[in-house]
Amino acid sequence: MNTNTSKSRFIVLVNIENKPYVSDPEGETILRDLIMEEGYSVVESVRTAKSLKMIVRAKNPKQAEKMVMKICEKLRIFNPIISSCTVNVVKSLP
Amino acid sequence: MSRVGILVFPGSNCERDVFTVLSKFSGLEPELVWHTKNDLRGYDAFIIPGGFTYGDSLRAGAIAAHSPVIRELKKISEENLPILGICNGFQILVESSLLPGALTVNSSHKFVCKSARLVVKNNSTPFTTMFKKDESISIPVAHGQGRYVIDNRAYRKLERNNQIVIRYAQNDINGSMNNVAAVCNEQGNVMGMMPHPERAVWIQMDQDIRPEGSGVFESLRNHLLWH
Repeated sequence: MNTNTSKSRFIVLVNIENKPYVSDPEGETILRDLIMEEGYSVVESVRTAKSLKMIVRAKNPKQAEKMVMKICEKLRIFNPIISSCTVNVVKSLP
Repeated sequence: MSRVGILVFPGSNCERDVFTVLSKFSGLEPELVWHTKNDLRGYDAFIIPGGFTYGDSLRAGAIAAHSPVIRELKKISEENLPILGICNGFQILVESSLLPGALTVNSSHKFVCKSARLVVKNNSTPFTTMFKKDESISIPVAHGQGRYVIDNRAYRKLERNNQIVIRYAQNDINGSMNNVAAVCNEQGNVMGMMPHPERAVWIQMDQDIRPEGSGVFESLRNHLLWH
């Protein structure tokens, strides 16, 4: 995919999280053995996620998000069986 | 002689063990195959050994699943050649969609390394004919991401098709759905297993280990001999 001719650069944040039906042992440990242990009972749930920060070239933020999502799906950056993925432009670069 | 290709990636670390075990069986000619190879003609079977390919970056097996040798393997998997993935090899097979489901972090969130009691549920794959159905065996496991996950509908399909080949006989291994330890594809020629049969071939390796992993490789040898 050649995007070098596009004008703008964007910071895109990719967030990959287990689907609700897949348990997250790391999040459970953080909640049970750290947060609850230290008495912060206001916290009900913790889910860990993997996030990737990409700098990409695209015409506009919408195109940047669409393109990154496509790459994530094609290369299985997230595993669709167990994970969901969100893609958001967080900043436009000069 | 049947040629068995052992696929090797940066970070594989059980290829020598598998090679040595296969060398023990007359009629099998093991060969290490580097991951950049894009011509897999001339082999009779393939084994993807265990290890930590690409340092488990992204997810175990996720990067290796895109290598030239796996692209080629996908093409020839339809030719009904036996393909076995062990541990990281199993993870590579699910990440490349050659097998259904996913393997994720153990429910204990810890690396598990011990001998596991198993039950053989399907003894008609090229890797399990030497076992009896429901035979109980012990083979070591060593993995951090071995929890088998699949949605309920797909799981029922696996059960209907007899694709769950081996189950753990104990609940404390990795939290796999219904204790799944090994699955095969619909045709039965591609199988992935988390336990390491190559580590249970010689009893000298460990006093607690019986040579019950041999059956996997004996089954393959017999399959290649008669097919």
